[in-house]
Amino acid sequence: MQYIPNILFVIALVAGVGYFTKNIRKVIRNIRLGKDVDRSDNKGERFKNMAMVALGQSKMVRRPIAGILHVIVYLGFIIINIEVLEIIIDGILGTHRIFAFLGGFYDFLIGSFEILALLVLVSVFLFWMRRNVINIKRFKTLKGWPKNDGNIILYFEVVLMTLFLTMNAADLQLQNLGADHYVKAGAYPVSQYISPLFNGMSEGSIFLIERGAWWLHILGILVFLNYLYFSKHLHILLAFPNTYYADLKPQGEFDNLEAVTNEVKLMMDPSADPFAAPAGDESEGEPEKFGASDVVDLNWVQLLNSYTCTECGRCTSECPANQTGKKLSPRKIMMDTRDRLQEVGDNIDKNGGSFVDDGKQLLNDYITTEELWACTSCNACVEACPIGISPLSIIIDMRRYLVMEQSAAPTDLNNMMSNIENNGAPWPFNQMDRLNWSNE
Amino acid sequence: MSETVKVPTMAEYMAEGKQPEVLFWVGCAGSFDDRAKKITKAFVKLLNKANVDFAVLGTEESCTGDPAKRAGNEFLFQMQAVTNIEVMNAYEIKKVVTACPHCFNTLKNEYPSLGGDYEVMHHTQFLKSLLDEGRLTIEGGKFKGKRITFHDPCYLGRANNVYEAPRDLIKKLEGELIEMKRCKRNGLCCGAGGAQMFKEPEPGNKDVNIERTEDALETKPDIIAAGCPFCNTMMTDGIKNKEKEDSVQVLDVAELIANAQDL
Repeated sequence: MQYIPNILFVIALVAGVGYFTKNIRKVIRNIRLGKDVDRSDNKGERFKNMAMVALGQSKMVRRPIAGILHVIVYLGFIIINIEVLEIIIDGILGTHRIFAFLGGFYDFLIGSFEILALLVLVSVFLFWMRRNVINIKRFKTLKGWPKNDGNIILYFEVVLMTLFLTMNAADLQLQNLGADHYVKAGAYPVSQYISPLFNGMSEGSIFLIERGAWWLHILGILVFLNYLYFSKHLHILLAFPNTYYADLKPQGEFDNLEAVTNEVKLMMDPSADPFAAPAGDESEGEPEKFGASDVVDLNWVQLLNSYTCTECGRCTSECPANQTGKKLSPRKIMMDTRDRLQEVGDNIDKNGGSFVDDGKQLLNDYITTEELWACTSCNACVEACPIGISPLSIIIDMRRYLVMEQSAAPTDLNNMMSNIENNGAPWPFNQMDRLNWSNE
Repeated sequence: MSETVKVPTMAEYMAEGKQPEVLFWVGCAGSFDDRAKKITKAFVKLLNKANVDFAVLGTEESCTGDPAKRAGNEFLFQMQAVTNIEVMNAYEIKKVVTACPHCFNTLKNEYPSLGGDYEVMHHTQFLKSLLDEGRLTIEGGKFKGKRITFHDPCYLGRANNVYEAPRDLIKKLEGELIEMKRCKRNGLCCGAGGAQMFKEPEPGNKDVNIERTEDALETKPDIIAAGCPFCNTMMTDGIKNKEKEDSVQVLDVAELIANAQDL
C-alpha cells in the first residue's frame, strides 16, 4: 500500500512523457514532409547563432519591455526546472526533498526559485495586461484560438507558480511543526509570507495542502508539456533547432533554384540537342515543380519555422505593407503554413500513413495572391523575428509557383518581365541605347 | 544635362589590351531613368576626379535579373544572370562597383553560385575606400551646416549589413547627419523593392513611400540622402506629394559629394 503514490506517480510520468513524445514524433514527421535543404555546414557559426539568439535571447531584448519580461519568464522556466528534477526523483523514490543534503546550497537554490517564481508571476501579469488591456496592435489583431492560446499559456504559468509557492509555504509550516519526513531544509523568501495563512490549521490539513499542491504542480507541468503540441508555445523547444538551422547567408541573398539552373544551362549550351530525351535514368517521375503551392513544396526549415513561430507579431508590426493597410501579414503567412501542415499531417494519420488529396492547398485556401504580391522583400520581418524565422522565403517560393507554373503574375509585372526578356531592362528601352546617358 | 562625360567601355579597353581597375555596373535605372542618369553622371565625375581607371559594359550590359527574381521568375533571372556572367567572365572582370543596391546584392550574393565570382562594391563603399586611400577628398561646400538624413536602402542595409559607408561619406560634408526614428537595421522600406517599383500597390490605406517620407520629414531635413535609384524615385515622389519640393531635396550620396565640389 505504501508504494501506491510512487506507482501512480510513475504512471502519470510515463503517460505524460509518452503522449508528448508521440506528438513530437508527429511534429518531426510533418517537418520532414518538406523538401530537403542542406544546413549541415558552418557548425560553429550555427552553434553561435543558437547560443546568442535562442539561449542568449539577443533579439528578444531589441524591444526592451517585452524582452526583459520574457527573459525573466524564460530564466524562471529554465531554473525552476532544476526543482522539477527533485520533484521527479522524490516522486519515484517516495523521498522528500532529496537534495536537502546540499545544505546551504540547497537553501540558496530554493530561495532563488522562489524569487524567480514571484518575478515570473509579476511578468506574466504584465504580459496579460499587454495582451488584453493595453492597446497593442499586434496582440489586438489576434482573434479566436491564437488569442486564447496566448492567454491559456499565461494562466498555466500563474497556476504552476502559485502551486509551487503554496507547496513550499505548507512545507515550511510542516517543517516548523516538526512533522514527520519534513526535514528542515530550504530558504523560503517568498512563501514565508504565505505560510502564516496556515496558522492554526491541523498538521493533517496542512499535510493535505502540501501534498495537494505538490501533486497538482507536477501534474500541471505534465499537462502543460502536452499542451505544447497544440500551442504556439512549442517555441520553448523549437527555438533551439530553429536558430541552429537558420539561414546564415546575407538576408538579401535568395537561393538559386537548382532545377532552373539545370534547364538554363541546357538552353545556353550550343551543343545541346534540343530534341534529346531527358538525360539520366528512365524514371517516369514528374518534372520538378517550380516554387510552392502547398506545404510539401516548402523545405523542412520553412516548415520548422512554422512550428516554431510564437505568433508574437513583431514581423507584422515591422512590415511596410502591413503598416500601410495591405492584407499581407508575415505572421499570418507563418500561422497559415503551420495550420495547413497540421491539416496535412492529420490527413496522413487518418488515412493510414499516406496523404489523400483533400482538394486544398496552402495557396488560395490559406494564403491569397493579394498577400503575396504586396511584399516588398525588404526583410524587415526577417530582421524582426526573435528566433530566426523567414516568412519572406515562403512568400518568394509561392510567387515562384504563381509565375513559373501558372503565369499568374500581375499584368504590370508581366510587362516588366517581357521587357527584360526582350531588351534587357525592366522598361521598354532598347539595349543599344544603354550608353546614351554618357552624351546626353 | 548636355555635358558629355568620358566613359570608356570594356570593349575599348579590350581592344587596347588593357584591364581597368574596376567595372562600373550602371544598371537599368542608371542607364535609362532620367533622374537616375544624374546619379550615374555624378558618380562618373567622382571616378574621373579620383583618377579611377574604370570602364562600363555599355550596350553589353543587361538587367541583372533582380526584379524578375523577386517577382518569382527564377527562370528569367537565371537567364539574365548566366548571360551577364558570360560577358563579364569573357572580360575577366575581378571587381565591380554599382550605384544600385539591387544590382549590388544580386551580383554579390546570387551570381557566385552561377559562375560569376567578383568583388562587388556599392558605390558608397567604393567612394569610402577612395577617401581612405586619399584618392578622393570630400568637402562640405554648399552642404556645410545642412540637415541631412539618410534613408537606408533595404538591399544595402538589412540585406547586406552596409550601414556605415554612406554615413561616413555624408559626415565628411560637414553637415548635420540626423537619423530618422527608424534607421539602419530598423529602416523602413521605400516601397519599391521586391518588384513593387513596376506595379501598382495592393489596396491599402497609404503608400509605403508616403509613410517613409513622413519619417524623413520628422527630422526636418534640408536633404534626404539616398543610396539607391529606386529609393530616390520613391522619396522624390513622396516629397512632391507632401508639396515640400521647394524646401527638401532628395539626392544620392554621390550627387552630394559631386555637387559639393561643383563638379
